[in-house]
Amino acid sequence: MEIFSNLALGFSIALTPFTLMLAVIGCFLGTIIGALPGLGPSNGVAILIPITFSMGLDATAALVLLTSVYYGAMYGGRISSILLNIPGDEPAMMTTLDGYPMAKQGRAGDALVISGVASFVGAFLATIALAMVAPYLARIAYKFGPAEYFALYTLAFATLGGMASKNQAKAALASFIGLAIALVGLDNNSGFNRFTGGNLHLSDGIDFLVAIVGLFAVSEVFFFIETHGKDSAVGVKLGKVTIPWAEMWSTRWTMIRSSVVGFVAGVLPGAGASLGSFMTYMMEKGIAGDKGGFGTGVAKGVAAPEAGNNAAAGGALVPMLTLGVPGSGTTAVLLAVLMTLNITPGPTLFADRPEVVWGLIASLLIANVVLLLMNVPMVKVFVKILMVPPAVLLPAVTMISFVGIYSLSGSYFDLVLMIIFGVVGYAFRKMDIPTVPVILGILLGYQMENNLRHAMTLSGGEWTYLFSSPIAIGLWIAAVLGFVAPMFLRGLLKRPEIRDADELVD
Amino acid sequence: MIRTDRVFGVVVILAALAYIASAYNLPQGSMFDKLGPKAFPIIVGAGALISAAFLVLRPDDEPDWPPVPTLLALAFATLVLVAYAYALKPMGFIVPTAIAAGVLSYQITPKPLSAVLVGIGLSVGLFVIFKYALGLSLFAFPRALMG
Repeated sequence: MEIFSNLALGFSIALTPFTLMLAVIGCFLGTIIGALPGLGPSNGVAILIPITFSMGLDATAALVLLTSVYYGAMYGGRISSILLNIPGDEPAMMTTLDGYPMAKQGRAGDALVISGVASFVGAFLATIALAMVAPYLARIAYKFGPAEYFALYTLAFATLGGMASKNQAKAALASFIGLAIALVGLDNNSGFNRFTGGNLHLSDGIDFLVAIVGLFAVSEVFFFIETHGKDSAVGVKLGKVTIPWAEMWSTRWTMIRSSVVGFVAGVLPGAGASLGSFMTYMMEKGIAGDKGGFGTGVAKGVAAPEAGNNAAAGGALVPMLTLGVPGSGTTAVLLAVLMTLNITPGPTLFADRPEVVWGLIASLLIANVVLLLMNVPMVKVFVKILMVPPAVLLPAVTMISFVGIYSLSGSYFDLVLMIIFGVVGYAFRKMDIPTVPVILGILLGYQMENNLRHAMTLSGGEWTYLFSSPIAIGLWIAAVLGFVAPMFLRGLLKRPEIRDADELVD
Repeated sequence: MIRTDRVFGVVVILAALAYIASAYNLPQGSMFDKLGPKAFPIIVGAGALISAAFLVLRPDDEPDWPPVPTLLALAFATLVLVAYAYALKPMGFIVPTAIAAGVLSYQITPKPLSAVLVGIGLSVGLFVIFKYALGLSLFAFPRALMG
């Protein structure tokens, strides 16, 4: 089997002592980041990107570190959901529904262990599925020309925008703002400066890392100043942690079903982990019926969303690696990681840089095992760290963001730009304008334009060329549906009301 | 009634018009680049224009903006961060970071003593981590003083 030789290649890269050490550090940091309210997978990975590059790690090492943080944050999100009723990040929101009632009954330890194992099952199965599905999708992606890519990018914006906000116009506006920012700077094809207003700093364009750190991390500080960190974790108590074997075994089918559904939700562009955990929770609630007692603190109620959101995190890597199109905010950040490493995701990645792809997949499997070991016996350590007061945490996050961006460019200009993005991020989130499409626009704008120009040059300026192949037409139809359908589904899929501590989309 | 969405929509419309106008002045495409550098920006500008028009026509409910004193505190935090950005290079890492971190800490939880300790602790702690554990090139104090 091809997959075994590929995985063997991956493990030969990922199993060196140095990369293993990075995986352990990444998992540890990631779990903390996920657990802390106000920090989630997307802003946690975002503030670490610039620092990782300043350390001069090679591509594989940097990827291992940052994806370990990503997976770790997906695990960690459940800790504050269960103990505080505050989701550490948005995908962990559904875990509060049964996790917090369990904690109130004095069964916080059980909830943490079961959800930890569910996270492991979800993430592990999804990583295997990723290893099996991605190469096939990569083969299909070879058939994509510039017209198909342009349609695909449109699809990514449409579905992400459709999901991200209650108001479609705001989601669309966010995408266009992102694209408009991406076009600032020197146009490589014609050699003209665009929209720089004569500012030399701007002719290199606006670095997407500056935008990501500003929108995701710096804006968080403003929220905490506004609320004076009311959502902080003070006085959390956790008794002795034992492993409830029998109860865990009773959730086995829940975990497996949720992993499958979560993975599929993750693969769909724009859906991501939040939808994965939502769908799996609702599905299991439906299967269990009224006797299941969902919402009162049952094991299946924490197992389903945790398996679902971790499986979705793995599934979201499929479109990101094979097509270069991220399915969620966090994978958009991971795409930024790849782009900074000069790795272009897409079908050619599997042929040209197999060591990167398979090294990444192998390190995800390793990270999962590390995370299971860390999150079940050592969960008390993370609970201690949860008690860091926000008056220490948020200044630290800000200073790390500044040092990261500063060490990339060494100029105050990027720092000021980052602060502006922070203010904009705060205002946008207040106004329910999603920030993830802005990031996606900045990341994809250049390639989107290039594909359009390339397509038009090939066709001699004939716009119908964009709709000339079956794949392209299919993508366009999916884009329209993905953007329009949520308007009608919104009434049907009413989310249960939860106190929103953190509105960052995963 | 003036609503945030309306105001923001009008601002975006004006900005989009300026963006489109600026794109119009770019040159035409050529044989090898049929579309040229101006077409896609115009599409993007037009898209922003249309979405913003929706905001003006059908604004959402007013977001819950914080009261004026909180807004002033946020503005002050922004100013501190901008000052920090400008001070980082000439003044070295330690002193500006301690001040900026202390101010933010005080703004989140107004306890003066702990804010001072957080500022100094974070500044020194992060410097040690960045400089010696991660090997980033930072200067603790102004370079003139370091010789």
